[in-house]
Amino acid sequence: MSGNSLRRVRVAEVEAVANRIKRFRLVDIDNAPLSEFSGGSHISVVMHAGSRLMRNPYSLMGSPKDTSSYQISVLNVEPSRGGSKFMHESVKVGSELEIGQPLNLFPPAKLAKKHVFVAGGIGITPFMAMMDELDALHADFELHYGVRSLKDGAYCKYLQSRYGSRVNVYRQDLGQLIPLKTVLRGQLLGTHMYVCGPKPMIDWALQTAKLLGWPDENVHSEQFSAPPPGKPFVVKLARSGREIVVSGHQSILEALEENGVDAPFLCRGGACGQCETAVLSCDGFIEHNDHFLTEPEKAEGKKIMICMSRIQSASITLDL
Amino acid sequence: MTASTIKSRPIYPGLTPDLNAQHNIIVCDKAGTTAVSELFSRADIAFAERTTIILADSLTDTESKALTRELAPAAIEMQPTLADGIARLRQLLETAPMGMRLYAAGTEPLIGLVVQAGIDFSIDHLSIRTEHRGSLKRRVQCVHCKGYIEDVTTNPVKCIRCGTILLVRDHYSRRLAAFQGVCIDAEVPGDIPAAEALYQ
Repeated sequence: MSGNSLRRVRVAEVEAVANRIKRFRLVDIDNAPLSEFSGGSHISVVMHAGSRLMRNPYSLMGSPKDTSSYQISVLNVEPSRGGSKFMHESVKVGSELEIGQPLNLFPPAKLAKKHVFVAGGIGITPFMAMMDELDALHADFELHYGVRSLKDGAYCKYLQSRYGSRVNVYRQDLGQLIPLKTVLRGQLLGTHMYVCGPKPMIDWALQTAKLLGWPDENVHSEQFSAPPPGKPFVVKLARSGREIVVSGHQSILEALEENGVDAPFLCRGGACGQCETAVLSCDGFIEHNDHFLTEPEKAEGKKIMICMSRIQSASITLDL
Repeated sequence: MTASTIKSRPIYPGLTPDLNAQHNIIVCDKAGTTAVSELFSRADIAFAERTTIILADSLTDTESKALTRELAPAAIEMQPTLADGIARLRQLLETAPMGMRLYAAGTEPLIGLVVQAGIDFSIDHLSIRTEHRGSLKRRVQCVHCKGYIEDVTTNPVKCIRCGTILLVRDHYSRRLAAFQGVCIDAEVPGDIPAAEALYQ
């Protein structure tokens, strides 16, 4: 069971906030209050783009205290699998969407003395809700936000006017880079670092912290990447005996959902482990695209995270 | 140290060097120094050079000199008791920056008090590297009067504060740095088994 019930919402507002980035405000279809959430949470948005069914995760960027609406920001990625393109081109004010309940796989550490946020581009969104929450608690935080230019970076002015000197914006078009070593060096014990942005940036930030002797427990990251495309293949479901075709631009999970199979999932980004599924047999190589399974588990090939991973052969049999 | 079914019972994976840390603080007792020597043998000399060792134990002059030589080039601070060692650790943590790695090697009371101090300074307990050496003695809190009994080697043990005979459980509190002791004859008063020397 997915255990994540869907809710119908209406788009109350759409705003172009930067190059290729739109902000969407979603309200309950009957204007009922939405569930409360905590900073760092995301929702999945169900999209019927053409004949395809997708659910993409987006961080909630509004104030966690505000249950009258949810706000998400969507970057129109190129090339897109169709999700962000659908949001940008087909979703207007008044459009109705289905969303999952908020989930938080990226919460700020409650006992931290200080929070250092490192954002790249659209990776700013989870930090907006976190900063709203932490500001109300008078918690100590600083933001280091890298953007291509002021036209490409969303919410720079808003953040600077609201949080003042706690916000540092670095413009790539001016050759400015986040001086992460300097930022991290000499922070007091109990400081936590959080990074969200493109994968190379996350890897760089985690590595920089590690080389400065920051314990793993004090560094946190989140990245929503689309399931990488590949060749079509067949998934055989051992329990029901069904055979389902996974197309080249689809994840196993999406193919199952399109065929009415209720498979477990939470994050849809290969991070949480909820969709871990036992592999009964596979006639070839599994492309593990998650960051949940350990390297030995990946090599063993007995488990697969169906939200992100696929195979490079004709068929795989799963314990579903 | 025997395996326990109680989840809170701490486990001590052993010391491994974090070669990236900018500075190391190690708290140990005499038995723990062997683990520290082994830790140093698994790292380069620069690792020991950026290490401060708080050696909290009562040592003879000869022992002090021998251990100072043994653990060089780390800076060693001798503290006569565990309480003095922990007080010194807390002083160092006041100004320690991120990038400092904390280690503890020795008895469970020593490790427990180091972890407790670390937590008080917002260090995640999982990032403190620990190795148990020496005696199995325990620090126990009487759950009835909340008094602490140090250096417990038997089970049951008499609470030094309220006199209750306590069953020493594997239930452990990281916040209190103590195992929990509960009245052993609550159901049948006077039904007290002979004390066994379980934690020598």
